[in-house]
Parts: sequence; structure tokens; C-alpha cells
Amino acid sequence: MNQYIVLRVVSKLMIPVIMIFALYVQFHGEYSPGGGFQAGIVFTAAFIVYTLLFGLEAAQKAVPPVAAHILAAFGVLLFIAFGYASLFLGGNFLEYKVLLPNDQAGETFGIIGIELGVGITVAAVALSLFYSFAGRERR
Amino acid sequence: MVVGIAIVRVRNLLAVTMLTGIYSLLVAILFVLLDAVDVALTEAAVGAGLLVILMLATISLTTRKEKVHATRQSIMALVVVSVTGAALIYATLDMPRFGDPEAPAHVHLSPRFTQESPTEIGIPNMVTSVLATYRGIDTLGEAVVIYAAAVGVLLVLGTGTVRRRRNRKDEDGPEAGEKS
Repeated sequence: MNQYIVLRVVSKLMIPVIMIFALYVQFHGEYSPGGGFQAGIVFTAAFIVYTLLFGLEAAQKAVPPVAAHILAAFGVLLFIAFGYASLFLGGNFLEYKVLLPNDQAGETFGIIGIELGVGITVAAVALSLFYSFAGRERR
Repeated sequence: MVVGIAIVRVRNLLAVTMLTGIYSLLVAILFVLLDAVDVALTEAAVGAGLLVILMLATISLTTRKEKVHATRQSIMALVVVSVTGAALIYATLDMPRFGDPEAPAHVHLSPRFTQESPTEIGIPNMVTSVLATYRGIDTLGEAVVIYAAAVGVLLVLGTGTVRRRRNRKDEDGPEAGEKS
């Protein structure tokens, strides 16, 4: 689809906006609807638009599938790390209020952390699913 | 409802995919009307966005037309479906009225969540605090499930890495083999 100039220009303008919106959904999730799941999908949508326009090879040059796989595992591990961090600081598993001196700040910090983990996982998983579907060729 | 029937009846899989997306958007609108904005956002993003893309990718790999089998209309299936549907409808009669403040769901844990989570957690979006704190291990499980699903798909379908194939030289450009 590289030859459609309107599509190319418009989506070049749109992709950064989509990404910023994903980050907004991610980090504003405590105040407005949203969170890791939604943000991850929206973030991947930007990459999918890029792939549809510039081809799979260009997209995989930007984010190699291996990087997506590693990030997917990293997100889950980040989540678990927050759980263990609160465990070792004297609380229960995933009891975030021990992370920071102030209870509320600790809770908020923990929530942001695990939402980030979920977001990274979802984005990376969605991207690698898309890669593995799009990378196959018709026999 | 109309869209659902259309999804079943239409044989062109491309149209079915589009109808699925429309269905997801309609459901998302329904969720917004029920004040479940978080769920609506998820439904719109996953159902109307990612799912449609993945189904389009599948269609581009397989075929565009559904194979029409000569279906034998089974009476038994109709009976089973009717009985199940009747039982479900009968069960809904026992449910509390929509929005009833005395409903069991609203008198057990909800008051504690709604009244104490703003002071206990300190963030305004109650959905996030329930999701991440009170139900933290649930959410961890969901993340692990998503990861496991990805591992399964990757094992079955491969990673989709684009390799430089030798037979691509006779095509007219690097983009020629791409899905569009």
C-alpha cells in the first residue's frame, strides 16, 4: 500500500498520535478508563498500521519478533517482581502499600508498576501474534 | 441481534469479519450505556481492532468463501438449544431488577470497595484499584494466560520472521511478497 500518498501521509501523522494515546491510556488509567490491557492493544495498533503501509519487513526491522517475545516475558516478570518486592518488604504478595512509606503512594506506585507490566505484555503478545499470522505465506 | 444473524448467514468470510467488527463496536456502545467504560474500551480495541486484523490475516492465508455443506437439519439440536435457552430465560426471572440497590452483588463486597478504596488506595478510578489491588492475583493470572496463549500460537504458527528468501529475487521488489 506504499503507493497511496494520502494514506501514507495521514498514517504517518496518526501513528505518533496513536502511540501517545496509548501511553495516555496506560498512565492515566488511575483517573480515567483504561489500563494496561487497553493501552497495550492500542499501542500495537500503531505498529499494525505501520506494517500495513510499509510492509512486514520494515516493521520487523523496527521491532524484531525476538524483541517482542522478550518483552512479553519481561512484562509478566515485572508484574511478578512487584509481587515479590512487596513480599520481601514485609507485606503479602502483591500488597503494594509496603513499597513506599506512604500507604496510598505505595499502592499507586504498585498499581502503576503492574499496569506497566500488563501493558508491555499485552502489546508484545499482540504484536507477536500479528507477526506470526502476517509472516506466513500462502502455500 | 440483526448483525449476529447476518454473521451466521453470510457466506463471504470477508463480510463476516467486518460484521464481527461491527458487532464488537455495538457491544462496546452497549457497555458505555451501562457505564462500564473500561470494558467498552477493551471491547472496542480488542474485538473491533485486533481480532478483525487477525481474522483478515487468516483469510488472506486461507480462502475467502465459506464452504457450503449440505446441512441436515437436526431436530435434536433444535430441542437442546430450545431447552437450554428456556432454562436460561427462566433463570433470569430470579435475577434482581436491573440497578436494584438491594441486589446481592451490591450488598456484600461492593460497599467496602466503593466506600473505602478512595481513601485506602488513593486513586479515583475504582476499576483500576479493584483490578490491581483487591484482585491483584487474578490480574497476574490474566497476564500469564495471555503470555501462555502467545507461546502456544508461536509454537504452532512460528514466529513469522521475514527471512530473505532466494526466490524473491525474481519478484519486482522487496514489498512484492507482502500482505497488504
